[in-house]
Amino acid sequence: MEHTAIALIQLGAVFFGLGLLGRVAWRFGISPIPLYLIGGLAFGSGGFVPLEGIEQFAHLASEMGVVLLLLLLGLEYSASELTTGLRKSWMAGIVDIVLNAAPGAIAAVLLGWGTVGALAMAGVTYISSSGIVAKVLGDLGRLGNRETPVILSVLVFEDLAMAVYLPVLTAVLAGVSFVGGLTSVGISLLAITVVLVVALRYGRFISAIVDSPDAEVFLLKVLGSALLVAGVASQLQVSAAVGAFLLGIAISGSTAENATRLLEPLRDLFAAMFFVVFGLNTDPRTIPPVLGIAVALAVVTTATKVATGWWAARRQGIGRMGRARAGAALVARGEFSIVIAGLAVASGQVNSDLAALATAYVLLMAVLGPTAAKYVEPVGEFVLRRRQAA
Amino acid sequence: MNVEITPLPGIGTRQDFMIRSGRRVGVITYRDGKFELIVSKQDDPDSCTASIPLTPEEASTLAGLLGAPQLVAHLSEQHRDITGITTRQLPVTAFANRTLGDTALRTRTGASIVAVVRSGNAHPSPGPEFLFENGDLAVVVGTAEGLDAASHILTGG
Repeated sequence: MEHTAIALIQLGAVFFGLGLLGRVAWRFGISPIPLYLIGGLAFGSGGFVPLEGIEQFAHLASEMGVVLLLLLLGLEYSASELTTGLRKSWMAGIVDIVLNAAPGAIAAVLLGWGTVGALAMAGVTYISSSGIVAKVLGDLGRLGNRETPVILSVLVFEDLAMAVYLPVLTAVLAGVSFVGGLTSVGISLLAITVVLVVALRYGRFISAIVDSPDAEVFLLKVLGSALLVAGVASQLQVSAAVGAFLLGIAISGSTAENATRLLEPLRDLFAAMFFVVFGLNTDPRTIPPVLGIAVALAVVTTATKVATGWWAARRQGIGRMGRARAGAALVARGEFSIVIAGLAVASGQVNSDLAALATAYVLLMAVLGPTAAKYVEPVGEFVLRRRQAA
Repeated sequence: MNVEITPLPGIGTRQDFMIRSGRRVGVITYRDGKFELIVSKQDDPDSCTASIPLTPEEASTLAGLLGAPQLVAHLSEQHRDITGITTRQLPVTAFANRTLGDTALRTRTGASIVAVVRSGNAHPSPGPEFLFENGDLAVVVGTAEGLDAASHILTGG
């Protein structure tokens, strides 16, 4: 067979396989991300079937997956939602950071992965998967619940925290000196402030550049500008992901909503490729040695996320069941933990076991999160009844 | 009635209020224009016993069912003392994207439009520049014959 034919067949098989996996996942009410990762692990280095001929495409597609994941994260909340979120929920946000970044950082230090490893693992365990959380809340019909705005405001804060964290991480990963690091952190903080102010004041001008009443033109312009900004950012050592994210924040209003609707299917396609490639590059044989640590981290960070949600909901005068629901809803970690691990591993500055640990951790948390959100009510009722009976 | 408006970042807005039995009833408006009708649980007011997705048409129909009779009853009550005058609620189907002035209702029938109900909201005393949309209900006051003629005009006679 000629080269193109083989490549097409391989790619078709990968996408079709992922489609089947996704269908299985949602039938059981879990996120498909862990299954995509397992799909990737099954192929590639140390796996059953090596994929040849489409590596180049897969690599580029996975890079685009990261850009689109971050672009849509930026598009998800408007600049005004971000600033009100910052004002109203900064305390819950800080509790969230302290409780959930610490376990990852401590684990990395205990494993002897140094400061860089600790910073990366802190991000992996900190960030909830806003995609999984929003989907689960919608599926369980909890959007009208009183604790839901509390959950969403924690997610909004995490979104903002990412805007600060990602540039810092990329600066540290680039191995710049202390002063150089401080400069690039300063520059990125300045960039974020400028982007937020510009988005608040002049968002409609940026939106006007990419906006178009024609869906096709609009799609090409949005995707083109995202890749341009990502490429330029990457050239300036700020990481493509950060550039796309800031562009997402800067686009606002109805343009942002239309862009989200158009780009969502593309993001799902390329992000699936990103998870597969991440799985591909992780040798499955490296996972069993770190499985124990991953389970321990999963247990601890489930408890800390529940505590975060419980605390934040109690401050808003929500009842016991609502607090438990808020906590359980936040447990899921997913795409962004993998993005962070991907950035760290690609830089070569961290122990290569980090990829294995992050994979195992996300495999656990992406399954555990939706399950916890689903079963928190019956379990909570059972506990309450037992307590009343005693 | 004290309607609480809560923004849901990334999703839309929740608007709800407490009814006398202690439940919360309200609507979630999604960014993309979908609606969801929510009713809270009796024993746990934080959570919802039902959240029912509605298309814009379904929502507007439900709003009409709940809102329009109230308005008509209210107006009929006010006009009860004047004999020969009635209030009726008439669907406007022939004037989408045209103004109230275009109907020339008062000149042609003697009846006048005192309010327009759209998606459950009453727009009182609409002026001649008021732009009709599909699904609007006009609340019309006039004599029985005037109202028959008005109904004929508004539905495309």
